[in-house]
Amino acid sequence: MLLVVEQFLNGLQFGLLLFLLAAGLTLVFGIMDLVNLAHGSLYMMGAYFAATFAAWTGSFLLGALLALGATLVLGIVLEMGALRHLYGRDHLDHVLATFGLILFFNEAVRLIWGPAGLALPLPAWLTVPVPILPGIHYPAYRLAIIVVALLVALLLYLGVMRTRIGMLIRAGASNREMIGALGINIKLLYTLVFGLGAALAGLAGMMQAPILTVQIGMGENILILAFVIIVIGGIGSIRGAFLAAIFVGMIDTLGRAFLPNLLRQVLSGAAASTAAPALSSMLIYLLMAIVLVVRPEGLFPANRR
Amino acid sequence: MKSFTVAKAVTALMLAGLVLLPLYSQASGNIFILTLFTRIVILALAAASLNLIMGFGGMMSFGHAAYLGIGGYAVGMLAQEGVGSGFIQFPVALAASAIYALVIGALSLRTRGVYFIMITLAFAQMAYYVASGLARYGGDDGLTVYKRSDFSGLVNLSNRTQFYYLCLACLFAVIFLIWRIVNSRFGLVVQGLRSNEQRMQAIGFPAKRYQLVCFVISGTMCGLAGALLANNTDFVSPAVMYWTRSGDLMVMVILGGMGTLFGPVMGAVVFLLLEEFLSQLTEYWALIMGPLLLLIVLFGRGGIMGLLGRLNRG
Repeated sequence: MLLVVEQFLNGLQFGLLLFLLAAGLTLVFGIMDLVNLAHGSLYMMGAYFAATFAAWTGSFLLGALLALGATLVLGIVLEMGALRHLYGRDHLDHVLATFGLILFFNEAVRLIWGPAGLALPLPAWLTVPVPILPGIHYPAYRLAIIVVALLVALLLYLGVMRTRIGMLIRAGASNREMIGALGINIKLLYTLVFGLGAALAGLAGMMQAPILTVQIGMGENILILAFVIIVIGGIGSIRGAFLAAIFVGMIDTLGRAFLPNLLRQVLSGAAASTAAPALSSMLIYLLMAIVLVVRPEGLFPANRR
Repeated sequence: MKSFTVAKAVTALMLAGLVLLPLYSQASGNIFILTLFTRIVILALAAASLNLIMGFGGMMSFGHAAYLGIGGYAVGMLAQEGVGSGFIQFPVALAASAIYALVIGALSLRTRGVYFIMITLAFAQMAYYVASGLARYGGDDGLTVYKRSDFSGLVNLSNRTQFYYLCLACLFAVIFLIWRIVNSRFGLVVQGLRSNEQRMQAIGFPAKRYQLVCFVISGTMCGLAGALLANNTDFVSPAVMYWTRSGDLMVMVILGGMGTLFGPVMGAVVFLLLEEFLSQLTEYWALIMGPLLLLIVLFGRGGIMGLLGRLNRG
């Protein structure tokens, strides 16, 4: 029981984290029609910034806040300096150009911070276990991630659906020439959206940082998960990204936690312990394959024009 | 068609260079260059196979490195289990790649555009994780191939020069095959599908079936490259399948010129020599390589072959 609740919450927390990453990716794709592989690099930069700023200021929260601003600025600079010139190009060009950016960022991090990873220590008030149910404790920091990510998801939803900027973003997604003709500064809008996506990725990176180490290439594996999520959820759909992210986070976490035991009941011990790690890392890809067979456009396709 | 062009001259020069390289290596005593170029030829083979679906078929596979791993693991696993004969290892490597391509292709081809890019990427990553989980075959650490494939006296893979020429022969054979495919009825249908799938379907061609066959042929060819690569490095590890390797292959194709017969070979030669050169220059070679890629995408339409073609016209 304890394990089930704990793993369930871990899955939720991982899923929400994935959502932050996938939301930026799907926004940028849905609105600018840009495939950004370097999104994972922004995740990594967020973590490195947070570790550095937290060490400088001595405060976890202040460091995180500064890092959030820094990734936002980095995203805006990146958009204005390089990615802006890729809009309207072939998707293949996006893939290659942003692949080049990944190489650049990984190497730049190696140059600046060195090849060894960094650690981002938690403040004491976030390390205490919190009782959530009678007799069940859960780390405060993981709970904090859940709360922050849910809050961000809510703000994002309200921002996109209820504000003027959100309206312009949605309008830009469905017809960019028209909204430009109506006198909206579409370039500025794109830059803002990209910056927002970058900040979301950075936030995900810095929140994950205390749990895992901050290291080069940390953004790449999780980026592929984010891709799987937006493919399952339907590209360009924030709602789809949210549901698919939770789903993928749950399946991945629960699969890794319980699949070995389940397999052991069916197979012999040795066979189970060889098959389990491979199978549990395959789970989400199998899920994706099933979704593709049933709904090739994803579960919640955004462009129902 | 028969006229002299710069692109043709450069291609011929490059091919002559590849054929004569072992002589230079022997004369100068530079063994390293032969090892380097064996790797280049093998990856050129992989890039050429990717070009078949990407350049001619319009299928942007971002998971082509998976076949390098599958071909390599087929050789490595069989060697570990005591099957040393290349006559068994290579057919198994090709068959395994073909089966993987059939399954992945059948699923991925349900989607198109950017979905296709991401799906092939995700499946290759899955193959990567599966290989990492193979505890019996080294898992994350990879698998050492203690004995190269044995072709019972026909060709000795441990002899550097013979192995180089074997790889080169495979490359030429694959390019010849691609040339025949591209100019066949089948190839024309596949290229027609790249230009306009709807129209081709309206004329009555079963689009997905043609594309799937092309996808499987390409994957099988790349499996051959994988089997050769495992023999070249005497080692195979999940890292061979890592998605950056798929990216490298794509870059080679684009750099050389997508949809041209010899472009991928040229791309592989230039990319890997550049990597070698830059990594000798500075430890942080990717710092230069990354922005270089960005510039090539932004300004270098049509790759090296396109550039050479323009030279001729101007």
